[in-house]
Amino acid sequence: MIKKALTLLIAILIAFWFLTPIVLIVLSSLTPSAEYYDPHRILPRSLTLNHLRSLFVTLGGWRATLNSIQVAGISIGISFLFGLPAAYALTRFVFRGKNSIRLAILLTRSFPVLIIGIPLLTLYMRIGISDTLLGVALAHTSMVLPFVVLISSSIIGGISVEYEEAGMIFGLSRFASFMRITMPLVLPGLAASAIFAFIMSWNEVFVAAILTVGNRTLPAHILNAAMTAPDYFKFAAGTIMAVPAMIFIFFTRKYLMSLWGISLK
Amino acid sequence: MTYKKGITPYLYFIPVIAFLIMFLGYPLIETFRLAFTHPTEPLGNFLRVTRTGEMWKALRYTLMISAIVVPAQLVFALALALFINMRFKGYLFLLYIISIPLALSDVSAALMSYSIFSPSGYVNKILMNLGMADSPIYFFGRGFETRAFWVIVITEIWRATPLVFVILLAGLQSVNKEYLEAADIFGFSRWTKLRKIILPILKPAILSALLIRTLFAFQIFGVAWLLTGRDIPILAGEAYYWQSIRYNSNVAASYGLVIALISIIISWIYLIVLRSREVEGARA
Amino acid sequence: MAEVKIEGVKKYFGDVKALNGIDLTIEDGKFVVLLGPSGCGKTTLLRCMSGLEKLTEGKIFFGEKDVSNHAPKSRNVSMVFQSYAVWPHMKVYDNIAYPMKIKKFDKQEIKKRVMDTAKLLGISELVDRYPVQLSGGQRQRVAVARAIVLEPAVLMMDEPLSNLDALLRVLMRSELKKLQERLGTTTVYVTHDQVEAMTMGDLIAVMKDGVIQQYGKPEDIYHKPSNKFIAGFIGSPQMNFIDVEVKKNDSMHLLAPGIDVECTPEMSEKITRGGFSKLIMGIRPENIHHVADKNAIPIKGTVYFSERLGAETIVHLKAGDMRIISRIAGDEVFEEDTPMNMYVPPSKIHLFDPESEESILD
Repeated sequence: MIKKALTLLIAILIAFWFLTPIVLIVLSSLTPSAEYYDPHRILPRSLTLNHLRSLFVTLGGWRATLNSIQVAGISIGISFLFGLPAAYALTRFVFRGKNSIRLAILLTRSFPVLIIGIPLLTLYMRIGISDTLLGVALAHTSMVLPFVVLISSSIIGGISVEYEEAGMIFGLSRFASFMRITMPLVLPGLAASAIFAFIMSWNEVFVAAILTVGNRTLPAHILNAAMTAPDYFKFAAGTIMAVPAMIFIFFTRKYLMSLWGISLK
Repeated sequence: MTYKKGITPYLYFIPVIAFLIMFLGYPLIETFRLAFTHPTEPLGNFLRVTRTGEMWKALRYTLMISAIVVPAQLVFALALALFINMRFKGYLFLLYIISIPLALSDVSAALMSYSIFSPSGYVNKILMNLGMADSPIYFFGRGFETRAFWVIVITEIWRATPLVFVILLAGLQSVNKEYLEAADIFGFSRWTKLRKIILPILKPAILSALLIRTLFAFQIFGVAWLLTGRDIPILAGEAYYWQSIRYNSNVAASYGLVIALISIIISWIYLIVLRSREVEGARA
Repeated sequence: MAEVKIEGVKKYFGDVKALNGIDLTIEDGKFVVLLGPSGCGKTTLLRCMSGLEKLTEGKIFFGEKDVSNHAPKSRNVSMVFQSYAVWPHMKVYDNIAYPMKIKKFDKQEIKKRVMDTAKLLGISELVDRYPVQLSGGQRQRVAVARAIVLEPAVLMMDEPLSNLDALLRVLMRSELKKLQERLGTTTVYVTHDQVEAMTMGDLIAVMKDGVIQQYGKPEDIYHKPSNKFIAGFIGSPQMNFIDVEVKKNDSMHLLAPGIDVECTPEMSEKITRGGFSKLIMGIRPENIHHVADKNAIPIKGTVYFSERLGAETIVHLKAGDMRIISRIAGDEVFEEDTPMNMYVPPSKIHLFDPESEESILD
C-alpha cells in the first residue's frame, strides 16, 4: 500500500516536471500583457488569442510556418527518394562492403550538421540559391537522409523477405514485388519515421538561420525576432513551435516507441 | 536475402553517397579552407579570437555545460528508465509524457524556460506573492551570468533527458528477465542486482546514449543563444555571431572547425572503447 | 508440368561454395526430396531452380527450355516457403487469387479456381479471413493452395512442415503426398528431416557440402547407402560404426573387440580387390537382435544401459571400448553390467573404406 502510494507520488512528480514548462508557455502565450506584467497576478483572470494572432498575421509567423513546412516536405521527399533504394539494398542484398557502408552512414549521424551552414552559404551564393527554401531543404536533407536510410532499413528488415520472394515467384518483378507486397506492410512505419524526420527539420534552427534572410523558417524567424520582440510574442512563438511537434508525437507515439525499440507489452 | 556480386548493389547507394559527399563532405573541406584563409597568416582567424580570449571562453562554457548536463541526464534518465520499467499501472501514460520533450526544439525549450525565469516570469511571480522577494530576481543579463548558466543547464537537462531515457529503456527491456529471477533466487539485493547484472548488460546502451548526448552537447546553440545571447558564449553561438552579425565566414568557420574536431575526437574515443570491449568479449 | 534437368550447377557466395557441381534429373511428375543437414546447399539449390538466386555456373532446363537466366516470374514455378509467406495484408481469398490477378485472369475463372483449390485443401470457410486469424496449420494450407492454384510446371517446397507441431506434421506429411499424387505436379521438396524424406519422396537426393551424395529411391538410400555420411544421416538411432581389422587365415575375418565376422565370399572378394587391412563396419541398431539365429554373427559384450520405450527397447552394449546400440522390439528388461550376446545377420553388414568413407559393398 505504501509502496503503491510512493510509486504514484513519484509518477506525479515526474509528470509535473515534464509537463509544467509546456503548460506554462501555452498559458503565457494566452495571458493578456497587462496581467503578464502584473507581479501580483500569478494566474491570469482572462485569456486572449491576440498574441498568437499578431504573431501569425503581422509578425510574419504564418509565412514562416509555411516556409518550414515546405522545407521539411522537400527534405523528406529527397530523403526517401534517395534513401529507400539504399535501405532496400542494405536489407535485401548480401555483398562485399555492406557493413562498411552501413557504418559510414551511421557515422555521418555523429557529424555536427550545424557546421555545414557556413560553407554552404558561400556555395549557394555562387550557384544562386542563397536565401531560398530549397537551399535550407538541401542542408536539412544531409541531416535527415542518413536517419531515413538507417530507420527504413530496420523497418524493411522487419518484414520477412519471403513475402517479397513469394511475390517474385508468383509473377512480379523485383521492383513490383517491393511496391505491391512489402510497401503496404512497411508504410505505417515509414510514415512514422517521415513524421519524425519532419520534426527534425521543423526544429532545426542554426543552419536555417544562417542560410536565410528573407525566407526564414519558423525557428529561424523566431531566433531573429525574439531578441527584439516583447516577451508575450516570445511565448506565442514558443507555443506554435511546440504544438505541432507535440501533436505529431501524440498520434505516432506507438510507432515511435517501436522505432526506438521500446516494447509496450 | 539475395546474394549479389558485381556492381548492382552499389548502384543503390549512389544517390545517398553522392548527396552526402556534396552536402557533408564538401562543406567539411570548405570549412577547413575558410578557417585557414586569412590575408596575412594561416592561423589568423583563430588568433583573432584566441588573443581576445573569446574562443577560450566559449570553449570553457561549452565544456562546462557538457560536463554537467551529460552526466546529470544519464543519472536522471537511468532512474526514470528503471522506474518506468517497473510497469506499474498507468506507466504507459507517464512514458508518453516523458517522451514529449523529444519532439520539442531547443528554441521552444528556451522560450519555455524564459516564461518561467523572466523578470515577470512564474518564479518571480510566485516569490513576490509569497513575500520572499520584493523586486524581481534577474536570471539573465550582464552581471547575472552564473544564474543564466544554471538556467541553461536546467533547460538542457529538461529537454534532452528523454532522449537518453528512450535509449536506456530500450536497453533495459532487452535484459532477460531470467537473469533477474536467477539473481532473486540467489538472494541478491536490489543494489547488487543493479550493479552486477543490469548495468553491465546496459553498458552498450549507456555508451551509445553517452556518445549521442556528448556530441549534441557540444553543438548546444538555441537554448544558450536565445536566453543569454553572448553573455554565456558557446561555440555554436559564436559561429552564428561571426557569420550572421559580423559577416565574417572565416572566423565563423574556425568555430565550426573546433566543433567538428571535438565531434571527431569524441566519436574516435567511442570507437576505441567499443573495440576494446569487443576484444574483452573475444577473450572471455 | 515438366522434367527438370540440372547440369553442372555451381553457386558461390563470395568464397563459400554453396553448390559445387550439381547434376540432377527430375522426371516429370516425380516427388523429389532434397535432404541434408543445414548448410549442405539444399535450399540454395531450390532457390537456384526457382530463379531467386542466379547461377554462378551451369544450366537448368525445364523440359526443353533453358531457364538458367530467366527471372522467377517467367519460370512458371511456385513455392511453399518455410515461413509460408502468406501475405498478411491480404485475405485468404486474395492470397490464393493474387498469382492469377497478376496474370490478368478472368474474374469468374479466378473465383472458380480459388474456391476449387480452397475446397481441395479444406479451407473453404476461411477465405474471408486475414492470415493473422489463422493457425499455423491453416496458414500452411493457404500457402499450398496459392502454390498449386495455377498448376505450375514445378512445385517447390522449402521445409514447409518445420514450423508445425509434431502431430500436425505427421498429418500434413501424408496429405501433401496424397495431394501431389493427385495433381501429378513435378515437386521438389527440401527438408533436413529424414522421416519426411523417407515417407514422402519418390526419390531422395542426399546432399552434403554442396554436392549430391546419392540420388535414388528411399529404400535404396536406406539399404544401400553409398557412403558413411548417408548411412549415418538416415536412420534413427544412428547406424553403429565399428573400426575392424581384416585378418586372413584360411578364410577372411573382420575383427574388433567382442566381434569376429567371417566374411561372405562377396565381402572377401571386395576386400581383397580393394586391398584393405582396416575397414569401418556399419550395422543399423534395428538389425542387431538379442535372440540367437543361425548364421548370425555374435557380438559379445555387457549391458551398459537400456532405454525402455514401451514398444521397443534400446540397448547400449559395451564391447571393449565401443558402445553398440541395438533396437529391440517389445518391452524387455536387461540387467545392467550383465554379459550379453547380440546377433547380426551377415547380409545386414555395411562396409566402408576408412579413407574415402565410400561403401565398398553397394
